[in-house]
Amino acid sequence: MAIFRTRAVAPLEYTRKAWMQMWVGATLLFLYAPLIVLMIFSFNDSKRNVVWKGFTFKYYEKALGNDSLVEALTNSLTIAFFATLFSLVLGALAAVMLWRFRFPLKGVVEGSISLPIIVPEICLGVAYLIFFARIDWPTGMAWPLNLSAITIAHITFCFPFVAMVVRSRLASFNKEEEEAAKDLGATEWQTFRDILLPHMKPGLIAGALLAFTLSLDDFVITFFTSGPETITFPVKVYSMVRFSVTPEVNAASTVLIVLTVVLTAIALKMQGVKAIAEVH
Amino acid sequence: MNDTPSPIIQIRNVTKRFGKVAAVDNVSLDIMAGEFFVLLGPSGCGKTTLLRMIAGFELPTEGQILIDGQDMAGIPPNKRPVNMVFQSYAVFPHMSVTDNVGYGLKIAGVGKTEREQRVAEALELVKLGGFGERMPDQMSGGQRQRVALARSLVMRPKVLLLDEPLSALDAKLRAQMQFELSDLQDQVGITFVTVTHDQDEALSMAGRIAVINKGEVAQLASPSDLYEYPANRFVADFVGSVNLFEGKLTLDEPDRAAVDCPGLGKIYLNHGVTGPHGADVWVAIRPEKIYLHVPGEGKAVRAAGMDAPEGHNFARGTIKGMSYLGDVTLFEIKLDSGEMIRVSRPNMSRHDQEDFTWDDKVSMHWRSDSPVVLLS
Repeated sequence: MAIFRTRAVAPLEYTRKAWMQMWVGATLLFLYAPLIVLMIFSFNDSKRNVVWKGFTFKYYEKALGNDSLVEALTNSLTIAFFATLFSLVLGALAAVMLWRFRFPLKGVVEGSISLPIIVPEICLGVAYLIFFARIDWPTGMAWPLNLSAITIAHITFCFPFVAMVVRSRLASFNKEEEEAAKDLGATEWQTFRDILLPHMKPGLIAGALLAFTLSLDDFVITFFTSGPETITFPVKVYSMVRFSVTPEVNAASTVLIVLTVVLTAIALKMQGVKAIAEVH
Repeated sequence: MNDTPSPIIQIRNVTKRFGKVAAVDNVSLDIMAGEFFVLLGPSGCGKTTLLRMIAGFELPTEGQILIDGQDMAGIPPNKRPVNMVFQSYAVFPHMSVTDNVGYGLKIAGVGKTEREQRVAEALELVKLGGFGERMPDQMSGGQRQRVALARSLVMRPKVLLLDEPLSALDAKLRAQMQFELSDLQDQVGITFVTVTHDQDEALSMAGRIAVINKGEVAQLASPSDLYEYPANRFVADFVGSVNLFEGKLTLDEPDRAAVDCPGLGKIYLNHGVTGPHGADVWVAIRPEKIYLHVPGEGKAVRAAGMDAPEGHNFARGTIKGMSYLGDVTLFEIKLDSGEMIRVSRPNMSRHDQEDFTWDDKVSMHWRSDSPVVLLS
């Protein structure tokens, strides 16, 4: 009978203490309850969306049938795609530069690259607004060129994340591998392609997914740089909420949440949780 | 191998400065085709810098390096007829063993059929036949080193450079690899240049050894010459264990010499030294070349010490430390002069280690060809 007796709780075994478990439970509840409620109510068969009236996919259909919402989603995905592409190239180059070379004012360059991560988004938003107005950035261009201002703004705050993830990946690179490749006859470019790039790959994938999600759900900066023709998904959801919180908004938000969660999960898996935790 | 070996690597007055520090200071060396050459020295002595200059990863500040008669100035690492095995092995982690070994051939544009054949041969050579599909993280450190070896050998370099090849292996594997590397070098006939700080490694593998100290060649000799005829105190002390005593040269003739050491006594040698009379010199004597016996036991003294005049090559002391190592026992003995001396004694029977113990009074003597007189 004593075989299955549980061991006494040791002083540092916090995870086995009831009060600690309750604390963790409460934290998770406060964090995720609103999101879960939002997702559940996206299936609510009620226009007012206050009381549960029954299950329906109606509002998903309605959201997908809402042309301006779909257009906003298309805009968001397009911006996210180009922002990711450019962030990836710029971020990877910045990471390699900071990792490989020593040059005057390196600390300043390094600091200024990560500045967009630190500066409050609202300030960045205002800065971009003034910047694009000041240089007279052309508006009213044809799609997708009309998204260029938002895309440029997104690139500036996305690429530092790519740079940091890739750089933390590069820190684990054994420079002797590079020398070994050259020793075996490889040129500088062949060494980069065959040895350094494969090592950077998990960092590049994680950085890309990170940039994509950041761009996709950014609101503040986008709000300041978007015009009437260039509504993005989060901005559109915000404007819908101002009229009424219908389950349609819930449905649209759920789509965004699922998209973000899936991409982030892939990013975490690719890079290992640690590297991403380091940059946040 | 040629009957008259010609130098494959010529290092001429090479100096390498990092800032104001000279890591390599005016070194000139000839490394012969087909030999197993070892650069031996303590960490930070410049031996790795020298190796990296041969490979092309560092450029000499002054001087010239010739490989097979060709000046290497301005020739990058990927164009040099040498290959290197790195200390960390630097096996490419994202490539299979076959891809690792075949990488250099692929870059060189060797066709697939020939490549596969040469990779298989190289893997066979390092006893990794059948491991081709493995990934590096599925292999032990020793196996990864063999991959690195095969990857270099498959290129058929004129010279193979090895940077501390055995430092990451455990003691047993290290001893085994010492033999294997020597065998391998015999088989392929390629010149091997190895860097190490481990004197046992150097002595067991090398044909010739250059001892490097503070960026300069302290001595260049065969392993046995290095051990038995060290050129200076640094070499005597760095290679093996040695007792050093300062003294004055009192007699120096072509067939005999004598040194008066305040610490040890009167030293007699059965050969000349060719140093100035009365010069300050050092006497080096290896621990295993000193006989230990109980005081008054005259026979043993005479048996080995009779080649020296009465009162020479003899000392007394008290055992202050002992360490039993199985094959030999090491003694730390305090001489009557107050100085310490180390003596090692082989345990030729199972009870030899019981002959002496702490605080025993002992006598020591040595043959007159055992001490080495060093002028610097």
